[in-house]
Amino acid sequence: MATEQSRTAARLMVSPAVILLFLWMIVPLGMTIYFSFLRYNLLMPGMESWAGFDNYYYFLAQPAFTSALINTLLLVGGVLLITVVGGIALALLLDQPFKGQGVVRVMVIAPFFVMPTVSALVWKNMFMNPVNGIFAHIAKAIGVQPFDFLSHAPLASIILIVAWSWLPFATLILLTALQSLDREQMEAAEMDGANWINRFVYLVLPHLTRSITVVVLIQTIFLLSVFAEILVTTNGGPGTASTNLPYLVYAQSLLNFDVGGGSAGGIIAVILANIVAFFLMRMIGKNLET
Amino acid sequence: MGQISLSSVTKTFGDVTVIPPLDLQINDGEFVVFVGPSGCGKSTLLRLIAGLEDISSGQIMIDGKDATDAAPAERRLAMVFQSYALYPHMSVRKNIAFPLKMAKIPQAEQDKKVENAARILNLTNYLDRRPGQLSGGQRQRVAIGRAIVREPAAFLFDEPLSNLDASLRVTMRQEISELHQSLKTTMIYVTHDQVEAMTMADKIVVLNAGNIEQVGSPLELYHHPRNLFVAGFIGSPKMNFVTGAEAARHGCATLGVRPEHLEVTADGPWQGVIGLAEHLGSDTFLKVQVEGVGDLTVRVAGEQGLHHGQTIRLTPPADKLYRFDKGGLAIGGAA
Ligand SMILES: Nc1ncnc2c1ncn2[C@@H]1O[C@H](COP(=O)(O)OP(=O)(O)O)[C@@H](O)[C@H]1O
Ligand SMILES: [Mg+2]
Repeated sequence: MATEQSRTAARLMVSPAVILLFLWMIVPLGMTIYFSFLRYNLLMPGMESWAGFDNYYYFLAQPAFTSALINTLLLVGGVLLITVVGGIALALLLDQPFKGQGVVRVMVIAPFFVMPTVSALVWKNMFMNPVNGIFAHIAKAIGVQPFDFLSHAPLASIILIVAWSWLPFATLILLTALQSLDREQMEAAEMDGANWINRFVYLVLPHLTRSITVVVLIQTIFLLSVFAEILVTTNGGPGTASTNLPYLVYAQSLLNFDVGGGSAGGIIAVILANIVAFFLMRMIGKNLET
Repeated sequence: MGQISLSSVTKTFGDVTVIPPLDLQINDGEFVVFVGPSGCGKSTLLRLIAGLEDISSGQIMIDGKDATDAAPAERRLAMVFQSYALYPHMSVRKNIAFPLKMAKIPQAEQDKKVENAARILNLTNYLDRRPGQLSGGQRQRVAIGRAIVREPAAFLFDEPLSNLDASLRVTMRQEISELHQSLKTTMIYVTHDQVEAMTMADKIVVLNAGNIEQVGSPLELYHHPRNLFVAGFIGSPKMNFVTGAEAARHGCATLGVRPEHLEVTADGPWQGVIGLAEHLGSDTFLKVQVEGVGDLTVRVAGEQGLHHGQTIRLTPPADKLYRFDKGGLAIGGAA
């Protein structure tokens, strides 16, 4: 099959797709890099001029940047922690035999199909609203002052909302992994005198490491760019308490009409994402090898 | 100590009865083999003894103590699974040490016991490998090692050799027998292979659809099968069964003749044509169509130049005929 000729033919055949994908990526990236070196404000069209590294300097120097960076990492870390721990717990529960297993499994996956804007709105208006939300009603019912989640714990609230929509994904992946665990191994461990904690630590967790790695890597990619939930619920506030990097870029370019600064922020975000990806792969990538 | 007794033990899955009421006594130090066709409930019975399945009714006593509701770990039994069930993320050393670690035995003692087991099982050079890097026979040894270090009251084996190739199976069979002779611990061994049963057992338990058909030493079962099922199951090649007029002439419903007892003679009463001759060198297996009797398998020693299409005469051994009544029960044992 893999003769020199067929390999050349194969390369020719896939090249249109590869070239198209490459252009698809490189053109916007190139334009962003180009804009990031311009003094380019939407309020003053036609006045673009070369800015050198000024845009980068001002983006990095603003106090909002540090807090956005910290918020981004907190958001990613918090959601990962909740979804991995919660996902393992839910997967363990769903792996038990019980009546109506099929229906429950479908219902558990449901949040994943709800669009981020919709889920954020539902959480904001129906759950966390300090007057009409369910949490407020519960608080009043037990005689406690209702808590205004989105203004007093904005980042934690957003972490909760995002974790809610990613929990099914983690659960599903971990559940399939759990189902492939050899039953005889568990029985052997039981006969060897391992209680369920030992069986979990010595058999289940090692068996799940690869799936946990997959969950962490995939979710990190998406969680670095969380945006809709913030826009719908807190608009990054109060102040910059719930502003992450993507939201800061948005605020810079479309709220302040500063396309140059926004582009510089975008490039910085790309670089930071790559740094995160590099360290993640160094830390847990070896779990993916056989 | 390793005395196990089952009284009126039953097991049902839903409304399917896999084990009807069953009584069995296993003595200390015995090598007991459960043998029977696939799906007859051998594994289920073993898992009931191990405590991996709950019995539906009845009682299990281990060393005189009621173990009916005891957890698997409390029964002090070690099991070797058909799939070996090694822990894939641990080295061989950690696999073998796992039961000791769970029992919180001091590290130094753990090391000593693991080294000792590894020496007995020729695993010393493989202690730091993962199970995935071992051959089938080595994995089998690790599974046995993990069982040995616990110094259990009894070992339970569930078809441990079925994943090995033929020659390795013979070697492992001998090693397990030797292990039993040196440890003198009770062993319960499940297999569907009657050769394993015959060669290893002190006591064979023949199972059929969850029922015990017969319990006895290998030679007892060979010489005095209690019924048609045991007669057909024990012995290789299978015993020939003759029904009809020829059986009636011997005063029974079914007449049994073992292939190795039939003799090729010049003036035998049964005349037939050889349909198939299998030459093994040491033996020849003949399929002979005998008129008025039916198809018979005959085993003749060595090579006698017999071949397909030849007409031969056979003499049934007068003193080695097995006679069974209409219900399949042996009449007065073998004559
Ligand atoms: N967990 C179970 N649920 C329902 N039926 C089972 C279960 N385990 C075994 N059986 C049934 O019990 C019978 C005996 O099985 P098994 O003990 O594995 O046979 P063997 O080991 O002799 O081949 C089979 O018919 C099998 O289908
Ligand atoms: Mg079985």
